[in-house]
Amino acid sequence: MSLDLFFQYLVAGITYGTIYAIVAIGFNIIYNTTGIINFAQGEFVMLGGMIGVTLHALVPMPVAIAGAVVVTMLVGALIEMLFIRWLRRPSVLRLIIITIGLSIGIRELALLLWGEGVRALPYFTGTAVTSLSIGDVHISPQVLWVLGISAVMVAALNFFFARTLLGRQMRACACNREAAQLCGISAKNMVTLSFVLSAGIGALAGCVISPITYVQYDSGTSLALKGFTVAILGGLGNSMAAIAAGLLLGSLESFSIWVMPAAYKDVIAISILLLILFVRPTGLFGNAEAARLKDY
Amino acid sequence: MARRRNLPIVVLALAVIAVQLASAAAGKPQYLTQLTMAGYYSLVIVGLTLLMGYTGQISLGHAGFFAIGGYTSGLLTTYNLHPRGGGGLVSLLQATGLLVAGQDLYGGDLLVVRPWAACLIAMLVAIGIAYLVGKPVLKLRGHYLAMATLGFGTIVYKVVLGSSLVGAADGISDIPAFPLFGGVVVTGKSALRVHNYYLAWGLVLGAMALLTNLVHSRVGRALRAIHGAEDAANAMGVDTARYKLNMFVLSAALAALGGVFLTHYNGGIGPSEASIMKSVRYVAIVAVGGMANLWGALIMGVLLNFLSLRGSFGSYDDAVFGLILLAIMLFAPDGLLRVELVRRVPGLRCVFGQERAP
Repeated sequence: MSLDLFFQYLVAGITYGTIYAIVAIGFNIIYNTTGIINFAQGEFVMLGGMIGVTLHALVPMPVAIAGAVVVTMLVGALIEMLFIRWLRRPSVLRLIIITIGLSIGIRELALLLWGEGVRALPYFTGTAVTSLSIGDVHISPQVLWVLGISAVMVAALNFFFARTLLGRQMRACACNREAAQLCGISAKNMVTLSFVLSAGIGALAGCVISPITYVQYDSGTSLALKGFTVAILGGLGNSMAAIAAGLLLGSLESFSIWVMPAAYKDVIAISILLLILFVRPTGLFGNAEAARLKDY
Repeated sequence: MARRRNLPIVVLALAVIAVQLASAAAGKPQYLTQLTMAGYYSLVIVGLTLLMGYTGQISLGHAGFFAIGGYTSGLLTTYNLHPRGGGGLVSLLQATGLLVAGQDLYGGDLLVVRPWAACLIAMLVAIGIAYLVGKPVLKLRGHYLAMATLGFGTIVYKVVLGSSLVGAADGISDIPAFPLFGGVVVTGKSALRVHNYYLAWGLVLGAMALLTNLVHSRVGRALRAIHGAEDAANAMGVDTARYKLNMFVLSAALAALGGVFLTHYNGGIGPSEASIMKSVRYVAIVAVGGMANLWGALIMGVLLNFLSLRGSFGSYDDAVFGLILLAIMLFAPDGLLRVELVRRVPGLRCVFGQERAP
């Protein structure tokens, strides 16, 4: 493998890896406040992309993207309030099946609304063939958009959780729900907020990635599986580790094309998921001591 | 007790005969075709009921085992070994009578594995994979188990979709009929429709007899203990890991059996049989049937699969099953055919009353 080709694959891997990491962070936000794995997480990304494309026909792109994020956030809130908020002491099995049912519902609704067609937003700057050259490595400006927006998103989330009152309240709920409630924090509202937040970042990711990967009514499923793989790889609930894990998985997947047909790309990612679950369910960066207290 | 337990089996057998006679009398034998297919799908569903409802272990990958059975048998009975006729392995297989020679549509020589041998190999492959996958997977619980089985199902789907050996997106077609014994042949030919209907439902009856007896035995009590509180069951001396694995393998074997027979019945199999939506559909049916309720799952399985195969849901097939799943889990997590509900109707008591631990 020549060196510039190596970098070319690396860039592709990092791009995809960033998106997987964003999906994984979406999983983590909901998991931390509720202990639920939201199987409909990938559908938020799909919805964001789809709504963004639809709105872009009417309004300029930045407004369309903002609109897509807001609408998807509303969908997230609606889902939580309609389907999860009022359940009393639901079992894990029940929650899994409910979020699976929701993901099917959203997907079928998207099929009804937008059909089977593949859509995409235009490239934010330039066109599909525009590229910046660094030596012999060519990078599409959209890749820089993906990396830049993701970095800003992660920084903003960090600020939100570390510095704002609302973010601290959410973290308090994640640490100890009863104690947080005793301090006057409404745990139920925090759960809704976590759905809103992860729907929002999913939608934003769906918008920025759509020029590269395109979006279709069923593109959420595989994103959710990859995102979950990354979340597990980094250790469920640990968002910073998810970024490292995302870049790792994206690169592995990208380089796997060297040794296996592209049709098996997803198989690589999922095999890694199974392997990690079997060997080290705490994730690569997880703490084995703390893990002993948890149930896998 | 034993007589009461066997009564539903007898009722089912009588119902199977009654439906056949009714369809013949009404002059609508075509219904039997869909009922036959629904019967084979029911094998997957009752197996999954044992795993999910009784043992409490979710599997979102059972369509994978169905596809492994169907695809293995389909591939072996269509893959032409004739060009490799000189090879040592092929000659050895031929000498043992495992291969059968024939001619393809254009008169070319064809040498394929005999259907019964292919069926046996397919079952062994499915059981082997279930064992290898089940051993590590069943150590996981809750979300982790769901995602791991979902991952397994996705791998099977992506592999059959991406491999040209099994026809990629087109799947395998022109799979030969499967001569069982006497004049009974597993085939979609309308002349043998009644034979096949009885064959499929004979298998379902056998599976139900096996499973109902199993859940009422020592094993069944152990399974319910695992479902209730795994750690407590373990502490009481129940070998939980072994029971979970055995049930996983048994349910996978039933799924593969359904896959093998349905593939030969239809004469083909496509990647959609391995899709995640199929796995989710099986889970939905088990949930509607009442989770730990073999008869409920069987009834809902036949009903919903029959309607789906008749095309009653149109292009909303997946949506219907998604909505069913959602509605059941939100409003009636114990299923529609709830034991507590049905128990109040005295006539049905003997059919459903004994399915749940008292």
